[in-house]
Order: sequence, then structure tokens, then C-alpha cells
Amino acid sequence: MILQVLPSVPKNFSLAIVIVLHRRGGESVLTELLTEKTVLPVKEVEEKDEILSGNVYIAPADYHLLIENDRTFSLDYSEKVNYSRPSIDVSFESAAEVYGNKLIGMLLSGANADGTEGLKRIKELGGLVVVQNPSEASVSYMPQQALDDVQVDYVFDTNGIKHFFQKLK
Amino acid sequence: MVKDVEVDILLNDLLERYGYDFTDYAKASLKRRINRLFTLDKFPSFAELRYRVKNDETYLKRFVEEITVNVTEMFRDPSFYKMLRTEVLPVLATYPLIRIWHAGCSTGEEVYSMGILLKEANLLQKSLLYATDLNPDVLERARRGIFPMVNMKQYSENYILSGGTQDFSSYYTAKYDRAKFNTDLTKKMIYATHNLVSDRSFNEFQLILCRNVMIYFDKDLQDKVLTLFDQSIEPLGFLGLGSKETLRFSSVSVNYVQLSKEKIWRKKAHANTNCSSSVAPPVVLK
Repeated sequence: MILQVLPSVPKNFSLAIVIVLHRRGGESVLTELLTEKTVLPVKEVEEKDEILSGNVYIAPADYHLLIENDRTFSLDYSEKVNYSRPSIDVSFESAAEVYGNKLIGMLLSGANADGTEGLKRIKELGGLVVVQNPSEASVSYMPQQALDDVQVDYVFDTNGIKHFFQKLK
Repeated sequence: MVKDVEVDILLNDLLERYGYDFTDYAKASLKRRINRLFTLDKFPSFAELRYRVKNDETYLKRFVEEITVNVTEMFRDPSFYKMLRTEVLPVLATYPLIRIWHAGCSTGEEVYSMGILLKEANLLQKSLLYATDLNPDVLERARRGIFPMVNMKQYSENYILSGGTQDFSSYYTAKYDRAKFNTDLTKKMIYATHNLVSDRSFNEFQLILCRNVMIYFDKDLQDKVLTLFDQSIEPLGFLGLGSKETLRFSSVSVNYVQLSKEKIWRKKAHANTNCSSSVAPPVVLK
């Protein structure tokens, strides 16, 4: 899904994109894989990295990814949340606190309820919430959970998300 | 939810009343830990939490243990340990006495990993592993060397990936759901409380390991702690950090060269270590 959408994100994109993915540890090929799919610079986060617009950031395996008030990343190796590290909830909630109504939270295909609480928090603090259409997602549980529990702004399929990115610029 | 200003109030209380200084910790993680505890312990309001922290020393212990992160594992990032085996231990072997400092060791899993590496390199007899943490309770657990049996499968896999060739289970005795590590390892470990924020250098070492501790510090505090390490590492000694940490932006980085891709740096022979400023020269315990 991310691989399909990323190529349609235009050059000079004015937002920073942060990707939090449940995955097994180890040096991953994910960064290289995504780099091939986009004109934007892609980087796996190191702690204290500054968040710059027009960049794609990937949460490293086995750390929670948080955002500080000064718009830098911090990493956290604490207990798993929703059996996951990185946890999507942790990143969503932390980003919501910092970016408020300038944040878009997008929840895609996935196999557990991680992300739902975080989307709620984004919504509470004035952000925009987008969920992938569960009927199209390769694993529907995660987006379905969000739809059941959160007042989402948009439900999109892959094409919808592509258009959405193009309009955002 | 506990707000940013309330976090600052709590941190100020901790400093004034107990001397625990968390004010230069990275706020996002700290705030999340405090909120987690606030929910877990079902406080009706921030005022109640504050009162409890200020007036109940038993609760204070829980508070400090919970807002600091004490999650750790044995042979975490096996490739890091592999590099210690192949590149660092052969150098340490040339010293008559090997001194290693695990700074922020928490419950000691990494100290035991190191003990095993040294034993397999036949260096344990002439080594001392200094292991420190700000929290006396986790140190007590580390000293006992008893870890949950359920983690041993993962640790054993990590151990093999790190280049271990022995039977990992030969390093502990299993009893019920616990694994007690052999005392020949523990005998070489010296556990003591040490606060990286407020305490000074206390010895000189050929290797300092501080992995995934400074990720919870802000940049200024990181720099301060790295200076402390720099003052405590002998020329040509080593420093090991966590897999997403770096020396690159710190003022001491000019004194170090990174070993390939792993997060291990070697101090240059003629490093320019600044021992003046507010930190006293290290006391060398021999």
C-alpha cells in the first residue's frame, strides 16, 4: 500500500511524512525499498533527528518513535504497546501533542488495534484523520477497528489516498 | 492527562525534595511515562499525584522506577556483540587488568552478556565490570543475577547470532520459571549507584558501554554525559552506544573514530580531553 501511494507524492511536498510500520527487527531493506519509490529523501530515524518538510521518515524497528516540542524525533525503548514496538498509538499521540491541527493521521492495513487510540487523540487536538477502506486493505482489522471507534474524516481506497496526496502538495 | 507545565512542576519537586534531576530529560518520553503511571495508578487529579510523590517515599521509588525505562535484554543487537568479540576484546586482552563500565545498566542483562563474552575469551579472570544505575532497586536485581526463564529462548538466539558457540543454558541454572546465572560471572561485577546527571567520573576504563540510556536525555545533557565518558576512557579505549545513537554531533567526537558500521568508537591515542570546567579529574581506584 505504502509502496503504491508513495510514488504519487509530488516533489517539493510541503509536509514531512512519518511512517510507522510493525515489523521484525534487524537492519531492514525497507529504507532502500521506499527510496526507489519516491523522489523525496527517505531516512530511517536516528534519535534527535530534526523533522524537515518534504522528507520521508521511517520509525526504526524495535523503538517507539516520539516527537519533541522542538520538532525533533526521540526514541524510546520501553515496553511494547499493543504488542508492538514501534507502536502507532505512541507516535500518533506524541505527534498530536506537538502538531495539533496541522497533523494528518492516516491508518492503513494492519493486524491489531494499534493506532485507534492515537487517531482519537489526533482528532481531539484538531488534526485530520484518514483511514484506508477496510474492504480494500490486505488486513482489514486495524482500519476497521478505527472506523468502529473514531470519528474519521475520510475513508479512502488506494486511489483516493493518491489523489489526497496530490491535492495536499 | 498530565500537561507539559505539570510535568515541569513534578520534575521540580523531584529535584528540590529528593535531588533527582530529570529536568534535562527528553520531554516527550518522560511525559508519556508520567501519563502512563497516572492512568495505571488511577489518580483522580494531578494534585493527588503530586502530593503522593512529594509525601510518600515508597511511592517515590515506584515513580522513579516507572518513569525511567528499565527494559533491556541479553545480547541485544547481536552484530554489536560480534564486533566486541572480534575487534574490541583482542585489544583489551593486551591489558593486565581490564576495566569496563556499564553506565545505566538497569537490571544487568547487558553486564551478564559482557561477562559471558569475557569468559569465552578467557579474559574474565582479569576483568572488572563496573555497573551503575541511578536506581538502587534495579541494581539489587542485577546483583542477584536471576532472570525470567521465558526470555532465555530469545537470549539464546541472540547469543548464537553474536558468535557464541557454547550451549547458552550452561551459563545458568533453571529453577521453576527463573534462570540464575553462574556466580563466576557475578563475582567480577561491581554494582553501585551512580547518577549520570549529577555524579562525576570515578575511574578510568578501556571500555564504556551506555546503550539506549542517552536517548532519554536532551542534547545538552547528552553532551555533558559524553564529556564525562570522554574523561573516563583511556586513550585507545572504546565507547559503545545503542543502535540509533551517535557521537557525531557532540563536542567530544573529534577524539574518536568509529569502527565500521557498528556503534562502537575508539578513542584516539592523543585525544584532547578537557578535564577543567566543573568536573574534577577522575579518581583512579586500583
